[in-house]
Amino acid sequence: MDLHKKRKLVNKVALGLSLLAMAFGLFWLAWVLATTLKLGVTGLSWELFSRMTPPPGASEPGGLLNAIVGSLIMISLATALGTPIGILAGIYLAEYGRHTWLGQATQFINGILLSAPSIIVGLFVYSAYVAQMGNFSGMAGVFALALIVLPVVVATSENMLRLVPDTMREAAFALGAPKHVTILKVTLKASMAGVVTGILLAVARIAGETAPLLFTALSNQFWSINLNKPMANLPVTIFKFAMSPFKDWQEIAWAGVFLITLGILGLNILARLFLGNKNKQ
Amino acid sequence: MIINEQTEPLEAIIVAKNLDFFYGRNHALKDINLNVYHRHVTSFIGPSGCGKSTLLRTMNRMYNLYPEQRATGELLLEGQNILDDSIDVNMLRAKVGMVFQKPTPFPMSIYENIAFGVRLHEKLSKEQMNERVEWALRQAALWDETKDILGQNGMNLSGGQQQRLCIARAIAVKPKVLLLDEPTSALDPISTMHIEELIAELTTEFTIVIVTHNMQQAARISDYTAYMYMGELIEFGLTDQIFIEPKEKQTMDYITGRFG
Repeated sequence: MDLHKKRKLVNKVALGLSLLAMAFGLFWLAWVLATTLKLGVTGLSWELFSRMTPPPGASEPGGLLNAIVGSLIMISLATALGTPIGILAGIYLAEYGRHTWLGQATQFINGILLSAPSIIVGLFVYSAYVAQMGNFSGMAGVFALALIVLPVVVATSENMLRLVPDTMREAAFALGAPKHVTILKVTLKASMAGVVTGILLAVARIAGETAPLLFTALSNQFWSINLNKPMANLPVTIFKFAMSPFKDWQEIAWAGVFLITLGILGLNILARLFLGNKNKQ
Repeated sequence: MIINEQTEPLEAIIVAKNLDFFYGRNHALKDINLNVYHRHVTSFIGPSGCGKSTLLRTMNRMYNLYPEQRATGELLLEGQNILDDSIDVNMLRAKVGMVFQKPTPFPMSIYENIAFGVRLHEKLSKEQMNERVEWALRQAALWDETKDILGQNGMNLSGGQQQRLCIARAIAVKPKVLLLDEPTSALDPISTMHIEELIAELTTEFTIVIVTHNMQQAARISDYTAYMYMGELIEFGLTDQIFIEPKEKQTMDYITGRFG
């Protein structure tokens, strides 16, 4: 009986501590979200989506159209570039290179790339591409963001493929399936929900990245969808406008923060739905 | 060692001659000599780690997936040594199907689960494929339960149904030999009974080799039984003879439960 009481007490203490830790974390998150919501919603207007970023001291209200479109272009191109390479590398690591030195080396380097500060990625693309071409460009921004997408997709694809039990691979091989058919039709299919989730999370990650764009795409006050010219984007515009002394710029910056937060929230919810569907099977 | 009391001539479809198997340095099968007879059920029994699953996995070269595993000696399938490097393992596996301990449906529809293996080896028209799927499901006694839900995910079936789906998937390829690796150990008694009845019916078309931990099961369903211990084949013969009057004392001890 004594032991029983002791266990209950320990259980209550542990539960209490966990709840406290959760409340501490949630408190700051709620604060951040509340501030974003409060300041962001006031800046929301039709002009935000129909007008370009304003010059300082403009008499007419400005918007974020060029920055929104620029961000969308760069995020989609970076995802289109990084995802296939990432999935293929993930397949190599999980299905072919498990015990090879190349596989292990790739895994190690991917781990470094995964945890590399994004500003370093930005500087790398700056010296390798921007400095060679002689100007900031949307394409450089795409490369920088793709370099951030890549390790995330490699790691999630590999992990999700590894979660597929070997018995399922053996079952496919036992039917006389060659390795590539087994991978394409069985293991990749079994881990599809997880791989897609990884891609969505990678997109969410680059949606708010500022540092790598600062040295690559820079920003553009005007409408431009030329990938060889500097390209407007939400994070750098927010960075620039939020630091400025102009009130209208600051409001637009908050509206941009709100848009990014909403986008990332949407992507995370989508990722959850994907994984949820998988678990139901 | 082989007792043949039947009058009709027996045809050995698989013959193992001086077969040895290694997991790295571990000598897992030692000088195995044994015949598997055409359209009969042969069961491998013995305590865990005796090598019975290893022997089964040699017969479709499943061990090839793992580089540290190798087999030496001869293992003849219809006279051809399947351990030979020149053998196309995918063709071999079309002839020698396998069902595993745990049901392993693929993450696709019931129909596709069965069509998957067939497509690897044959080009069939839509109608021919429909016929083949129905045939395989009927053979596996699963047609009545699934004919209206062929488009549903195979993973939504019950454990026993999943295992019958795996059997249907294996026989849809029309193999000559079907290897069953403890196919009922993860199933409830009713599902086990279904599978055992199924095995009896399948011998009209297929040769079956089954590994089982359940001695009653071996006695119920098999024509021939091999008792293995520590990588060696201790005794092989007609199931009745092995269970009623085994020649070896070790076999007797295992069967009567004085061992293992």
